[in-house]
Amino acid sequence: MSLGSAAALESAGARRGNPVLTTLRRILRSTTGRTGLAIVAFVVGASLLAPVLAPYDARVDRDLERARLPPSLEHPFGTDELGRDTFTRVWHGGRVSLSVGLVAVGLAAVVGSLIGLLAGYFGGRLDIAVGWLVDILLAFPGILLAIAIVATLGPNLTNALLAISITQVPIYVRITRSVVLGLREAEYVQAARALGSGTPRVMFGHVLPNSLSPIIVQLTLSVGVAILDVAALGFLGLGAQPPVPEWGLLIREGYRQASRAPWLSVFPGLAIFVSVVGFNLLGDAIRDALDPRLRRA
Amino acid sequence: MTTYAAKRLLGLIPVLLGISVLVFVITRVVPADPALLMLGERATPEARAELRQRLGLDQPLFFNVAAFADSGNPLALFDSQYFLFVGSLLRGDLGRSYFTRSDVLESLLQRFPATIELTLAAMAFAVLLGVPAGVLAALHRGRTVDTVVLFLALSGVSLPVFWLAIMLINVFAVNLGWLPSTGRLDLITSLDFKPITGLYVLDALLQGKPQVARSALEHLVLPGITLGTIPMAVVVRMTRSAMLEALGQDYVRTAEAKGLSSWGVVMKHALRNALPPVVTVVGLSFGSLLSGAILTETIFAWPGIGRWVYDAINARDYPIVQGGVLLVAVVFVVVNLLVDLSYAVIDPRIQYS
Repeated sequence: MSLGSAAALESAGARRGNPVLTTLRRILRSTTGRTGLAIVAFVVGASLLAPVLAPYDARVDRDLERARLPPSLEHPFGTDELGRDTFTRVWHGGRVSLSVGLVAVGLAAVVGSLIGLLAGYFGGRLDIAVGWLVDILLAFPGILLAIAIVATLGPNLTNALLAISITQVPIYVRITRSVVLGLREAEYVQAARALGSGTPRVMFGHVLPNSLSPIIVQLTLSVGVAILDVAALGFLGLGAQPPVPEWGLLIREGYRQASRAPWLSVFPGLAIFVSVVGFNLLGDAIRDALDPRLRRA
Repeated sequence: MTTYAAKRLLGLIPVLLGISVLVFVITRVVPADPALLMLGERATPEARAELRQRLGLDQPLFFNVAAFADSGNPLALFDSQYFLFVGSLLRGDLGRSYFTRSDVLESLLQRFPATIELTLAAMAFAVLLGVPAGVLAALHRGRTVDTVVLFLALSGVSLPVFWLAIMLINVFAVNLGWLPSTGRLDLITSLDFKPITGLYVLDALLQGKPQVARSALEHLVLPGITLGTIPMAVVVRMTRSAMLEALGQDYVRTAEAKGLSSWGVVMKHALRNALPPVVTVVGLSFGSLLSGAILTETIFAWPGIGRWVYDAINARDYPIVQGGVLLVAVVFVVVNLLVDLSYAVIDPRIQYS
């Protein structure tokens, strides 16, 4: 009881300022947060600005006389076997890879937290059934389920996005459910009910907003995983198909010529690495900012 | 403890059932017609229909309502593709490859040792590098060593594994020529080598063939590092935080006060108590290693189940995909349960009731 009211006081104190601004200030105060934010801003910015930054067309600007040129001032990342500029393709690839990763995670978070909210709030048979489904989905380690789904639905970018999203849903169900279970009997929720708020209003107006923190933390941390998974499916030929400049697919294409033109596989891989490092650092910082209990070392 | 274990084992049944339904739905309710895949485009419709009938594909998917309505026998409800599938599963029959007609379970078990050996190599890499690095970071908390180790761990979970593989091959196999990049043995050493268990290093040592063991080890290095990178990062983080916690305990301070050497305190008191969570993490990473093997084995031409399933996906040989996915999921669930149960053995303070 005393713990609960202390937490309530603390969160009331935080709410005096704008909570988004408070969190942002905390993120910016940590080195991890600043580094992560800078990296994410860089990769997202470069991808958004790809059409401006990169003077060539990612798919059709071919020039066979300029095939497989090593990196130079004119082509900072070299050119591929068709004479396409790799710098252009990598940053256009960022538009594909980053947006697919973000959409997959966003979709999983929305669907997963809705299911978790319903299961946690209503409990009973629904909760048991959902728990069973989650256990089954989590029985497939890592990317295996995504590979199996894409293998069935057919290899393309949309199916890869769906598959990755499906594999991430159970995490959000679990997180939301466990938070909602605790909130269901919280005093302000009971108060809302006593004041005559209907079930949807209690669920979406009181319970959901108060369970957002762990969902947001998980969201940032799983963006990195999703980007890696999109690339892995692309690399296996189960995701984006040519001539789409997706990072994993670029590595797949470069891999065949790794000894003659190593730059073709080096740069898209570096782009993935840097982006994922950025999202992971940012995720760590957001976790620390949102959950003071986890703030350690 | 026994009651708890029994309860957990019983709890596995609905999950295993669910896995079988999901795998069945994923690999059976596919747009492609197996009869068409097996017989080819030029087969007559009659031949295809006959094959479908022989494979039981003309039956309803889950419940045979029509047969039940006809006969009134409730058992007829289960005269369906899914229950046929579960029935053969229980008999240990995973079906046959559409194309080579080989028995799926037999072929899986044949390739399993290669994957196990690779997985063990990856775990060895993760532990041998991860535990010392984590201890080092904890002892030098907040200093340069700590930062470097933490960056190493962050990189481990942020690297695309398949890209790391390509870079390793490029540097150590193609440019430096130090290590082989494909297969499990050199062609020459493999000529007069008859494996027993399928774990080549072990087999070669048992047969007193150091040359073969050496070749097998060399072939394990690059794929082992590739597959072991993610678990290595996880082990580093876990060791570091468990060590930090252990180092702050009263018994560590007491040991120091008694005048024990700092090495003794770190090894005997702190590390020993920090190990249970690390062992858990290593155990839990086993499943993701099996699924990570699909990427690693494909790149290194490693003849394990990962590569085999990948080839089957491309060939749309669904019985193999089905069997492979099923095997990995079941092994994963069982290993996780064993890890859970082993808590009590590793850490006697934990009591199950």
